[in-house]
Amino acid sequence: MNRSAPSLCALGHRAAMAAVITLAVAGSAYTADIPLDQRRSGYADLGRDSKAMQDDDTVNPATLWVLDGEVLWNQKAGAANRACADCHGDATTSMKGVAARYPAFSPARNGPIDLEQRINLCRTERQQAPPLPFESRDLLALTAFVGRQSRGMAIAEASDERLKPFIEAGRKLFTQRLGQINLSCAQCHDDNWGKRLAGVLLPQGHPNGYPLYRLEWQGVGSLQRRLRNCLIGMRAEPYEYGAPENVNMELFLMWRARGLKIETTAVRP
Amino acid sequence: MARPLINVPAKVKRGQIFEIKTLISHVMETGYRYSTTGERIPRDIVTLFSCSYNGEEIFRADLYPAMSANPFIAFFTMATESGTLEFKWTGDNGFSETATATITVE
Repeated sequence: MNRSAPSLCALGHRAAMAAVITLAVAGSAYTADIPLDQRRSGYADLGRDSKAMQDDDTVNPATLWVLDGEVLWNQKAGAANRACADCHGDATTSMKGVAARYPAFSPARNGPIDLEQRINLCRTERQQAPPLPFESRDLLALTAFVGRQSRGMAIAEASDERLKPFIEAGRKLFTQRLGQINLSCAQCHDDNWGKRLAGVLLPQGHPNGYPLYRLEWQGVGSLQRRLRNCLIGMRAEPYEYGAPENVNMELFLMWRARGLKIETTAVRP
Repeated sequence: MARPLINVPAKVKRGQIFEIKTLISHVMETGYRYSTTGERIPRDIVTLFSCSYNGEEIFRADLYPAMSANPFIAFFTMATESGTLEFKWTGDNGFSETATATITVE
């Protein structure tokens, strides 16, 4: 239901080429990570109206998803006829801080899994129900509901040694040039944040508000959807939902945003 | 799951002007878009919103395809008597949703 094309795609061909040339010059000296004290949430770049929309839960349309998620949390599902609440109890206490430390290492997968995958693992293993499709209303609702419980908490620094190689894999992808435009994520979000790509402000690209309500989407979407958007804008082939590349990237982005406050469910243009 | 979200103050003083905020979950499909296979996606929007205060209509709005998804409608009224605010949304494909809120006027 993507009502309009991703922002990079929306640029005219000439504007895109100009951007490539500018970035090719700027990108020749990769400046590495943003200093910790210079990192800022995308919230700081919002207009007054969008800020007001995010700040007031009765105005933030993502609240509709959170409320749906609360219903699903208490609803029995699957052959086990169990609800999330039957094991985890009151989400306001049991899920507090969970979104701040995901993606986390899963011994079963021998790699990181994100919050959506964790919810689906619970569904298949504990509830014996079919997994919810990525970007389905129900999965977004549950993730938004679980994520909301960590709002205001700082993103935890990944202390699990087993995650290190996956963070590095994510970093490699972040700095790798991709697609027909031959851009890397880092060229925009590390080297040129705060500047404009045509009329669009380049944010630092922190994942601290997902799942979030994006005005362009007219709905709530996951971080993986956003990553796929960016890749399509770079005219690269996006990775499938749930692909290890996407999860590694999510993990790296969370590491990169460590210490920033969770804003789930945020509002972004 | 289209639970509307209503925000009104629980208590207001008589004669005071207060704000009513409503938010409802709806795709508001314009009818102007095409699917990936080239078929037109039929229009599916909320066409009418109304609010009554103790049975008397105080606000009404016609909605059109240019409205965003999940329409948010906020408006003001003056507190006269304690009672009930009733909200009603109707739209394409027999869409109908109601909500109520109670208000105490002191």
